[in-house]
Amino acid sequence: MQILPLFIAIPMGAAFVLAMLLKARHSVVDILANVVTAVLLALSITLIMTKGTITYEMGRWAPPLGIVLVLDGLTVLMLLIVNLIAFLATIFSISYMERFTAKAKFYSMFMLMLTGLNGVILTGDIFNMFVFLEIASIASYVLVAFGTEDEELEASFKYMVISSVGGLFILLSIALLYAMTGTLNMAHLSQIISSQKSGIGFLFTAALMITGFAIKAAIVPFHAWLPDAHPSAPSPVSAMLSGVFIKTLGIYAMMRVLVNVIGISILGRAWGIMLVLGAVSMVIGALLGLGQKDYKRLLAYSSVSQVGYIILAFGLGTPLGYLAALFHLTNHAVFKALMFFNAGAVEYATGTRDLEKMGGLSEKMPVTGITSVVGTLSISGVPPFNGFWSKLLIIIACIQAGRFSYAVIAILVSVLTLAYFLKVQRLAFFGKIKETLSNIKEVPVPMRVSLIVLAVLCLVIGLDAFRIVQGMDSSWLVRVLLNPAKEVLVNGTGYVSSILPK
Amino acid sequence: MNDRSGMTVIVKTVVRISASLILLYGAYIVAYGQLTPGGGFPGGVILGGAFILLCLAFGKETAFRKLSVNAASVLDSAGALIFLGIALSGYAWGVFFLNFLNKGIPFHLWTAGIIPLCNIGIGLKVGAGLFGAFIALTAFRVVKKGD
Amino acid sequence: MMLIYVLCMILFAIGIYGIVVKKNLVKIIISFCILDYAVNLFFILIGYKKDGIAPIMMPGQDKAQFVAQTVDPLPQALVLTSIVIGLGITILMVAIAIRLYDKYGTFDVMKMRKLKG
Repeated sequence: MQILPLFIAIPMGAAFVLAMLLKARHSVVDILANVVTAVLLALSITLIMTKGTITYEMGRWAPPLGIVLVLDGLTVLMLLIVNLIAFLATIFSISYMERFTAKAKFYSMFMLMLTGLNGVILTGDIFNMFVFLEIASIASYVLVAFGTEDEELEASFKYMVISSVGGLFILLSIALLYAMTGTLNMAHLSQIISSQKSGIGFLFTAALMITGFAIKAAIVPFHAWLPDAHPSAPSPVSAMLSGVFIKTLGIYAMMRVLVNVIGISILGRAWGIMLVLGAVSMVIGALLGLGQKDYKRLLAYSSVSQVGYIILAFGLGTPLGYLAALFHLTNHAVFKALMFFNAGAVEYATGTRDLEKMGGLSEKMPVTGITSVVGTLSISGVPPFNGFWSKLLIIIACIQAGRFSYAVIAILVSVLTLAYFLKVQRLAFFGKIKETLSNIKEVPVPMRVSLIVLAVLCLVIGLDAFRIVQGMDSSWLVRVLLNPAKEVLVNGTGYVSSILPK
Repeated sequence: MNDRSGMTVIVKTVVRISASLILLYGAYIVAYGQLTPGGGFPGGVILGGAFILLCLAFGKETAFRKLSVNAASVLDSAGALIFLGIALSGYAWGVFFLNFLNKGIPFHLWTAGIIPLCNIGIGLKVGAGLFGAFIALTAFRVVKKGD
Repeated sequence: MMLIYVLCMILFAIGIYGIVVKKNLVKIIISFCILDYAVNLFFILIGYKKDGIAPIMMPGQDKAQFVAQTVDPLPQALVLTSIVIGLGITILMVAIAIRLYDKYGTFDVMKMRKLKG
């Protein structure tokens, strides 16, 4: 699999080439950035059909000494989501970022963030993962502060302090793991951990890991930065941050380390903390979202709530729970990116994010209006859109695992979600148009393309998922992408055998 | 003195002599990174430090004449691209990041394959990046309005 | 020997305390640096060995003896990387703090509350 390092090399090269093109014309920069993300998307599509686990030894240094890149079902799924959203975000940026002066700088940082995300997904070395995590984080701090307005700088500072502390927690736990095992390769780590008897040190390490990744994923006790940081970024970046960034850096990395490396069996009953964290995130995110007047801030709180769903489903620890979590992760990336693009489109046309200053926008902006309806119905779980199926699976998984109270919470939060998104629809898109907004126009073509592609994806995934009624495997998405990804998690620490030669 | 910017004449004279020596020392640390303690990062910091010293002693105009901000930013990217280029050229021999050059004899200057080349890239990147960061923190202050 | 790790953890706690309690941007940045150094120090101590020698292997040296004598070089390489990352974050923090100072004329967090809750 010669193309694996390209997922890191291409965006990194593009980032530095773009950084040299500061004086170039905007069209040149646009074309370069879009070609790069399109190539990455094409490469990740070619990976769909790979079977089993493939490792790539960097510089022909064999594990556990060398750094390996690992490709398995989970990696394929995550790469596909990240590069899809990145591609649509760069298309969206063509028009959206025109009002900022330093477009090349924006794309440069965007590519650096993409490098970090792809690196975190692919790497099989735990310290390497930390480095890529920090690359992505530093790029995102810059992107949040990109507008250099007061709020954006403040939000970026807050985000930077909290998130860097999270990174240091992760580093500390990596140091502890190294002290206890003397290796950094994830498969080798897992092998040594499972051969050792005492679990208390690993339990402490896992607690530090959970804290660190929970800060990166904005799970509730640590969510304070997200509602400031995500709305402050330019909309394409908000879509990336909410859609894939917190999932890759928070959830994917946490699952990879806890499930595949440390192993749930060591955690024992402490694993139940994930259920609590998930449920609390869901409820608090939704309740805080209800009161918001700022369009993007409301979406940010909804991200906290939806991430709670994913964590809850992971916390169940059953195969169906994993499947539902991965399904919801995919869906949330699609519809939350769509909704942030919508918010960006509205902001682009009207110049405001305050919901009370909007009204009747669907009249003037039909594409944005219709796609936002699709996004709303998806996120609140109305059939036939994709959100319905993943939420249904999460609820079924809760019931199957005997966690009835959590199932009830999931249903209630879903109703709350519908409530606050209907508020958005009513205030922004329906009703009478305000006089101040009478001469707004529909957004330019590139932005419309991104919106329509995502809305169609919402519908297509939803229709495809209809077939799970006839059995799980009849749905294309479940069969081809989600099942291999689920197998990796179900396999747990069996991850080792496919990477280390025996 | 007609040139009022910067520090006193003593500092300027010393810096005029020592700056080039510091640059040379930085280049030595970069070039001998594979043999002695040092390498791309420390050497790069020393290279950047020489320009920061110039900037402190003579004021930023003189320093910019030696190395403008744009040049620093281009060098910064170039350093990273050199490193990436070396990594990618491993593909020509089959594997990403392959050490494809002859390893040579230990404790001679031209040894360890691609590592000296990587060090040069890292040195450029770090030196230019540190100088750029220093300039960004000190020189480009937004003048505060209304007080 | 255990004491030194405990001191590291105390340093870590001081950093966390500073970040949570202090209201001044500069003090927050300094606290972050303390936190960063605490973790780096902890990492480097893992590879430390009393009276250890530099890990350069000479031809014909006995492997077991070599391992017993030398310090572990890997944490040093890793800490170098993490110092660079810390440097990047600190520079960015300082840059943003300077911009905030230009906007507000103060480093006090309580006086710059454009964001709500």
